[in-house]
Amino acid sequence: MRALKNPLISLAAALLFGVAVQFGFNEYIQLLVLFVSVNCLMAMSLNLVNGYTGQFSLGHAGFMAIGAYFTAYASLHWSFLPPSLSALTFFIYAIGSGLLAALAGFLVGLPSLRLKGDYLAIVTLGFGEIIRVALLNMDFLGGPRGLANIPGFDSFYMSYAFAMLWILICFFTIWRVMKSSYGRGFLSVREDEIAAEATGINTTGMKVRAFVLSSFFAGVAGALFAHYTNFINPSSFTFLQSVNAVIMVVLGGMGSMSGSIAAAIIVTVLPEALRPLQDLTGIDLRMVIYSLALILVMILRPKGIFGELEITDIWRKYVRRSARS
Amino acid sequence: MQDFVQHLINGISLGSIYALIALGYTMVYGILKMINFAHSDVYMVGAFASYYVARAFGIEAHPGVGTLAILLISSMVCCSLLGVVIERLAYRPLRNSPKLNILITAIGVSLFLEYGSQVVFGADPKVFPEVMKDFVIFSFGNVELKSFDVTVLGVSILAMIGLQFLIYKTKVGKAMRAVSSNASVASLMGVNPDKIIAFTFIVGSALAGVGSVLVGMKYPKIDPLMGMMIGMKAFVAAVLGGIGNVRGAVLGALIMGLSEEMVVAYMSSTYRDALAFSILIAILIFKPAGLLGKYSVEKV
Amino acid sequence: MKRLFIALLMVLPLLASCTKKDNEITIGEYDSLTGSDATFGLSTNKGVRLAFDEINAAGGVKGKKLALITLDDQGKNEEAAAAVTRLITQNKVTAIIGGVASGRSKAAAPIAQAKGVPFVSPSSTNPDVTKAGDYVFRVCFIDPFQGSVMAKFAQENLKAKKVAILRDVKNDYSVGLADAFATDFKKRGGEIVTDVSYQAGDIDFKAQLTQIRSKNPDAIYVPGYYTEVGLIAQQARQLGIKAPLMGGDGWDSDKLSEIGKEAINGNYYSNHYTVESTDPAVTEFIKKFKAKYNETPDALAALGYDAAKILAAAMERAPDLSGKSIRDELAKTKDFPAVTGKITLNENRDAVKSAVVVQVEGQNRKYITTVSP
Repeated sequence: MRALKNPLISLAAALLFGVAVQFGFNEYIQLLVLFVSVNCLMAMSLNLVNGYTGQFSLGHAGFMAIGAYFTAYASLHWSFLPPSLSALTFFIYAIGSGLLAALAGFLVGLPSLRLKGDYLAIVTLGFGEIIRVALLNMDFLGGPRGLANIPGFDSFYMSYAFAMLWILICFFTIWRVMKSSYGRGFLSVREDEIAAEATGINTTGMKVRAFVLSSFFAGVAGALFAHYTNFINPSSFTFLQSVNAVIMVVLGGMGSMSGSIAAAIIVTVLPEALRPLQDLTGIDLRMVIYSLALILVMILRPKGIFGELEITDIWRKYVRRSARS
Repeated sequence: MQDFVQHLINGISLGSIYALIALGYTMVYGILKMINFAHSDVYMVGAFASYYVARAFGIEAHPGVGTLAILLISSMVCCSLLGVVIERLAYRPLRNSPKLNILITAIGVSLFLEYGSQVVFGADPKVFPEVMKDFVIFSFGNVELKSFDVTVLGVSILAMIGLQFLIYKTKVGKAMRAVSSNASVASLMGVNPDKIIAFTFIVGSALAGVGSVLVGMKYPKIDPLMGMMIGMKAFVAAVLGGIGNVRGAVLGALIMGLSEEMVVAYMSSTYRDALAFSILIAILIFKPAGLLGKYSVEKV
Repeated sequence: MKRLFIALLMVLPLLASCTKKDNEITIGEYDSLTGSDATFGLSTNKGVRLAFDEINAAGGVKGKKLALITLDDQGKNEEAAAAVTRLITQNKVTAIIGGVASGRSKAAAPIAQAKGVPFVSPSSTNPDVTKAGDYVFRVCFIDPFQGSVMAKFAQENLKAKKVAILRDVKNDYSVGLADAFATDFKKRGGEIVTDVSYQAGDIDFKAQLTQIRSKNPDAIYVPGYYTEVGLIAQQARQLGIKAPLMGGDGWDSDKLSEIGKEAINGNYYSNHYTVESTDPAVTEFIKKFKAKYNETPDALAALGYDAAKILAAAMERAPDLSGKSIRDELAKTKDFPAVTGKITLNENRDAVKSAVVVQVEGQNRKYITTVSP
């Protein structure tokens, strides 16, 4: 477990797992793995704002949309590298998507992060809706028709490796940031804003930084989404998509990266795993079950699956306990 | 000029619809400091309740005051019951949890009601029974003032005055305010916070019931997702006016309705929803607690 | 350990996959059975199920019964992609009947194309849908055709010179029709006096309508779905707008008149068939549909029915049940006597058929004219 803390080793482990998925499972499972990775990025990045910094953003889908549209437009209309280097091109586009989303995050964050709690939530919600309505009305981005035939990767394995690369970049960035003085600043804003301010922390500055970093990775998630579905339109980025991201963060545990990853897996896979139920009952009860499960988890396990712990903490505890006995 | 007056009437009429829903959001928020996302779906269930009651009584084609009374009562009762059940089963166990948990639970309840009613009622739109006949009260050239417009505005203002009275002039209201400012101290003073909160949910949900009948009367199409859009607008209106403030909710809703109308009339219909939110953001930047909300500086 | 957990969860859906029987042909269908488009998806599904019942009662295809697997996409593009992938790889379906919205078809059709599984869309009207490849077909009109039908009708039959457009900006179907109408109507020398929009789910349209009223148009083109059009008609008449409303096949439903009441009467829309038709295909279909579901079919149900029938006919003609043979036979579909007209699939795999314009008269639809492509 400790070895996973080395980025290269964990990348190798993830890639090895990808080989298993490539050869052991069919395209359906492979597609789900890709959707899980998009949701992983969404959850981890939102965790930075909602979990670690204790702010309340309900507009994450907006940043995702910006990233997705940038990548889609760029890969449809521009080409400056030969097609054989498409992975590199996509990587550059993903960075571009992230930067554009980060810029939007900065613009939204600067004025609105002076607001607190529910007011911030409503402003971010409004921002997400503004993006969606704007996209609906932009003809060069297809309006409600969206952008189709977005180039993707040639093979599942390339898509997967690309996703894993970004997930690990996101993971280790957030992990290192949280160990730095900025990370302490984020946590102090969450724990007690007034006390943080009293100790000389620029709380608004901290919030904006968290917001910008978080929107960067949401933009990247959007870029991945565009490549994997090959088609995007504004209805993929509704308020419900933002809510989904918040659900993943809270379900996994606020401020737990492992939790975000686990929740992303559950939230993506559970509705698909419930599909056979539809054959049995004849009606689609998936969302009914999903919403009930959500309520029950919140009541029975209010801190989410992992609470604030990471999987390594739990592992360590487990090792210690078994060593004692 | 005539068009402007007509737009004014339309906007106020739309705003008063938002106001009825916004009042419910603001009531619950005022006491519990939580966004009751399920409120708009309670409203939806209320509309379906009155639809089925009207069919059971066979009065869906008999407009009149009697029909209105029956539908109002049945929808209010149904909504109140639902509100109390939701509060008891989903929110009460989470009374002392972090805000985000309560919010997620509320979203869960909302999704449950939306998708549950797609299964129970069917996803196709239903036609709301004709409750009253609409007639013209006043007309001048192109401008027309309809009875429904006046009714809706009247009811929402009455509701606002009633709530103001309830909160500031009655004993229950005093208890509500006490629970709002500090529930544990209130309970030391002999107030049972659980009862007060349940009562708040009854009042808020009953308002959603009234809203559902009035909206159904004006826009006779109901479906399981009807609460989504109107709920979001009403909620934004409540925040705009200063959430937790009864007069603010009505003010915010009227501003919301008027600005939407005027944006379509004199700017662009395509950006209507975006501009409504832009106005909200602009106002919140300058008045961070909404128009009538009190901005409290946190003290240590 | 984390990876183990992932792997375990991944296996779950696998375990639940169905087994295929030898004497059955499985056909996959995905549609919005829940979510904001559910009412349209459910309608299509009813039409498809009726067609399958009929085919099976008549002995099936090549002596085998047809089995239908319907998956829900909740109105989300990514769900549609997952559903189609699931149908192909888990359920091993022979062919796919696609959903209502063009957006979802654009996400799903390329997957079927890549796997070589024939894909028939009942009602995705956007021209780009069938560009996904040679395995993708549709049985409905495309947007430009239906838009120009009404432009022609407005100019020739209504003698309209000034038309206002009220479009549903959230819906690519509505935007496609509105754009096509505007282009064509201008080409014919007409004038679009104002082009305003709403979003599906809205209930108040008075702001837009008051603005339209001030421009005093001869007719108003509202290419939306019946869910909103009923209310739009009511509010238009309340504001004293006398100009007739025109629309597309999205209007076609009994609910239109139930919601719109008398306000909707006298308005026109383009459709695939009229209930007044004496064509036995149409009358039989309506009779059977009423017997099975106790309601009048709407356009989406008719299109779902036709998609299933055309697919079954192609499978019957095909020498074997491989994707390629079915595709080749589908492409050869010519003058198929469907409910929604005599359907010929052209080289773009789009349906070529004539449209009728009908006038709403309560629950009746009065035939006005036929427009050929």
